[in-house]
This record gives sequence, C-alpha cells and structure tokens, in this order.
Amino acid sequence: MMLELQNIHTFYGLSHILFDVSLTVKQGQIVCLLGRNGAGKTTTLKSIMGIAPPKRGKILFKGEVVSGKAPYILCRKGIGYVPDDRRIFADLTVYENLEIALRKREGRQQWDIPRVFELFPSLQKFSGRKGGLLSGGEQKMLAIARALVGNPECLLLDEPTEGLAPAMVAVFRDRIRLLKESGLTVLLAEQNVKFTLSLSEYAYIIDDGRICHQGTVAEIQENEAIRTMCGI
Amino acid sequence: MVGLSRAMILFIVSSGMSLVLGVLRVPNIAHGSLYMIGAFSAFSISTLLGGGNAGFWLALFLAPLVVALVSFIVERALFCHLYEREHLMLLLFTFALMLILGDLVKLFWGADYRSIMAPPLLQGSIRILGSPFPKYNIFLLIIGPLVAVGLWLFTNKTKIGKISRAAAVDMEMVGAIGINVSWVFAFTFVLGCFLAGLGGALVSPTISITLGMDHDIIMEAFLIVAIGGLGNMWGALVGSLIFGLTQSLGVLFWPQFAIVFPYAAVVIALTWRPRGILKSVW
Ligand SMILES: Nc1ncnc2c1ncn2[C@@H]1O[C@H](COP(=O)(O)OP(=O)(O)OP(=O)(O)O)[C@@H](O)[C@H]1O
Ligand SMILES: [Mg+2]
Repeated sequence: MMLELQNIHTFYGLSHILFDVSLTVKQGQIVCLLGRNGAGKTTTLKSIMGIAPPKRGKILFKGEVVSGKAPYILCRKGIGYVPDDRRIFADLTVYENLEIALRKREGRQQWDIPRVFELFPSLQKFSGRKGGLLSGGEQKMLAIARALVGNPECLLLDEPTEGLAPAMVAVFRDRIRLLKESGLTVLLAEQNVKFTLSLSEYAYIIDDGRICHQGTVAEIQENEAIRTMCGI
Repeated sequence: MVGLSRAMILFIVSSGMSLVLGVLRVPNIAHGSLYMIGAFSAFSISTLLGGGNAGFWLALFLAPLVVALVSFIVERALFCHLYEREHLMLLLFTFALMLILGDLVKLFWGADYRSIMAPPLLQGSIRILGSPFPKYNIFLLIIGPLVAVGLWLFTNKTKIGKISRAAAVDMEMVGAIGINVSWVFAFTFVLGCFLAGLGGALVSPTISITLGMDHDIIMEAFLIVAIGGLGNMWGALVGSLIFGLTQSLGVLFWPQFAIVFPYAAVVIALTWRPRGILKSVW
C-alpha cells in the first residue's frame, strides 16, 4: 500500500472540514478524488502533505505513520505536491523554480530538469522567464515539473485541468498517462469527471468533507444516481 | 563625499535589516543592538591585539563573526520556535532582544565612551579635486559596493539565496518541495545580523562607541528600508544614499538644522511613493 488515510478529521481553526475520511492508494495506481467545489478535495491533499495536518486519524505512507510530520519531511519521504493554485515562486525564473526543487534519489529512475523539459517543451522555451509571468496553463506545467524533479513515488495532483482549454486538457491527460507508465502513483483531485474517469481505475467521491462513495471508474460512469447524489 | 561614505555604512546595516525583513517578514528591532555589539567587539578585539594594522583588520573580520554567532545562538535557542506563531510574537521578541542585548552590552563594556583608531594604512587623507578626503572614507566607499555585489550574488546566484527569495513569498510551498525552511530562515537571519555587525565594526573608527548608538542606527535603518522598499536590497542602497547625502548637504549648508534634512527627505520620498521608491517584496 502506497498511501493510506485512516479516519482523518481535519480542521481549519475551529471549523471542522474533513469527517472520517479514509482512502487507500496502491502502488502504481492513479486514484481519483472527485467532488464539487468546496467538497474538501484540496483539504484532503493538504492533510496528506502536512500543510493542514489532521487532528484525528492516521496517515500511512508505505506503511509508516506520517501524519503530524512537517511538509518538508513528507516531500523527502517521497510525496510530491501540485497545489491547485499552482503556487509558483513568481520571483524566480522557470529554471530556478525547478532548480531549488531538484532532489536526487538512489536506485530509481531519475527525473531531472532536461527530462521535465522534454515532457513539457514550452517550459524549456521560457526557462529564463519569471515564473509569475507564465500563463495559467504554463504555470500548471511548471507546478507538475517542480514536483517531478523532487522524484516522488507518489504525486498529489490537485485539479490539473482547472481553467484549461480542451486541447490543453488532452495534453495533460497524455502527460499524466506517461507518468503512470513510468511507475508513478498518483492521487488526483478533480471536478472534471470525464477527464478523471479516462485516466484512473478507482475513484472516491467526496462531498461535504465525507467520502460518500467509492468504486471502480466503470461503476461510477454507469451509475448516474451516485453522480447526482454527490453533485458531480 | 563624507555623506557618501556615511551612506555606505547605512547601506550595510540597512541591507541586513532589509534581508531579514524580506525573508522572515519581521522587522528586527534588535538589529541596531547587534550593530552596537559589532562596534564594541571591534573595540575589544583591536585593543586586545594592541591596535595597529593587524588589530584593526582582525577586528573587522572577527567582530561581525561574533555578532553572527550571537545571532545564531539566539535564533536556534529562542527565535526559531516562534516561526509557527503569530507574527506579533516575533516582533515582540526582537523588541525584548533589543532590551536584553542593550543591558548585556552595558554589563560587559560599561557606559563609557570608547574609540578606536583607523589602522595606520588608512589614517590621514588624500586630496581629491583639491579638497582633502580621509582615506578611511575611501575605504568605506570601496567596501559598500563590494557588500552590494556580494549580496546580489548571494540572492541571485546561490541556491540558498534563491530558496530564501522563494521562502519570502511562500514558505509553505518551499516546505512542500522538501526544504527545511527553518534553516533557511536561520541562515538569512544570521547573515542579516552579520551585516549589522560588519556595519558596527566599520563605523567604529569614525565615531565614539557608546550605549545608545543602537537607537540612532535603528531609527535610520527603519526609515531607509521604508523609503527604499521593504526587503529590496537596491532599495536599501537608494535609501542610504538619500539619507547619507541629505545629511551631509545639511551639514554643509545649514549646520544648525542639519539633522532635519534627511528626515525631510524621508517625508518627501514617502509622500511621493508611499510603498517605497523601489519595489517592496511585501
Ligand atoms: N483556509 C481555510 N480556512 C477555513 N476554511 C477553509 C479554508 N480553506 C478551505 N476552507 C473550507 O473548507 C471546505 C473545503 O475546501 P476545499 O478547498 O478542500 O474544497 P475543494 O474540494 O478543493 O474545492 P474546489 O473544487 O473549489 O477547489 C470549503 O467549505 C472551504 O470553504
Ligand atoms: Mg481545491
């Protein structure tokens, strides 16, 4: 088991956001987390990354309890994070954004800057440009590339297609498939049902901070009732 | 010209403050106290070594390191535990630190006036365009730009400098790419304090070293950083030049009211550009 959430409860200050969320992601899978706006997808990913640590419950990464650890430790253990709002370092160039995130690991296929430039050629074109000057789509690419050069085993991907044109969505789908083929495990938070279902085999649906359904992608695709119930 | 060399001291001190302000997002009120410790340490070290050339150069080298060491201890023992807390806590802490360091200096060095001499090499003056100009001031005019270039290289060319620029804007995300932000902050804080110490050591042959010099410099450094643009190193340079030059012009043209000039310049600059002349990182 790559990643396992056991009954986590997460709060922002006094407001209780996640209720008893449990999910598991197996090695090499793309698992997706579907839900409407405000359902708690981002909060779930932030809980895993230690940015919004859960108050109760446990998070296990490769069998080890990691809840309560700082984000930098989680990254070093092998979790990569691509936030939905991208959070590119605007003052740094594209190259510098990647440079400071570079992290070598032993005994695994390595991502480095030339390789992510191959994956996203437009990043190479703008490698000397300030991150803040990139378009939204380019920033998304950079956010993914920045996570990849950290050579994670498990990638937390938050709404990669938000605000993208359909042609771009197709590009991202291809790239994420490539990542899967390279052996990366992905937990993908999305609203775009079609996009997600075309990528992953297993899905969790979250609504109002609770997991309201889980099942194979085929099931969810067929079962209209589940989708309307969970508002997606 | 005197104003220009004064501006160099101001720049070295305020660039350190600006660095800490930009990355840690906290105005270090104790910055002036570290400057004072730099000056007193320079005095002690050079006196211990019997003055002269060697004494001065060693003092110039060691005094900022003493200050850096003090700041490192303070940061790791106390300050670093406050990063997660509210910002006001950090601010209050630096205020407390200023009071504590002030008292420690009084305990250690007493309330007397101290002074040290510039090394023989830098004593006396040379003539430039017919008017005498102290050699030591020329020395300051060389050091100032060197520090500016060094700082520029640090923030733009070193990895830790780039990380510190990223952390200034989004420390959480810097953590999420596997960097222990706490150490980045520690390094930046110590570097900023080192610059305060360097400023103190450099100024020591030109003024009398005494308690209270911390308050003067902290006022000036705050104003310089404010007019230059918070956290912007070039802003600190511009601010220092404005401050130093108006100060010496004042002395030249209207000595009784000389002290008013730089403050008037600050008022004008802030009315013109309330957020600082150059881009503020805040
Ligand atoms: N910093 C915060 N403080 C307080 N409440 C927050 C905070 N961030 C999010 N929330 C609340 O938590 C709930 C879940 O938000 P979350 O961002 O996890 O949703 P999401 O599923 O990612 O939505 P979206 O699809 O819009 O990105 C929302 O009701 C939101 O208002
Ligand atoms: Mg979200």
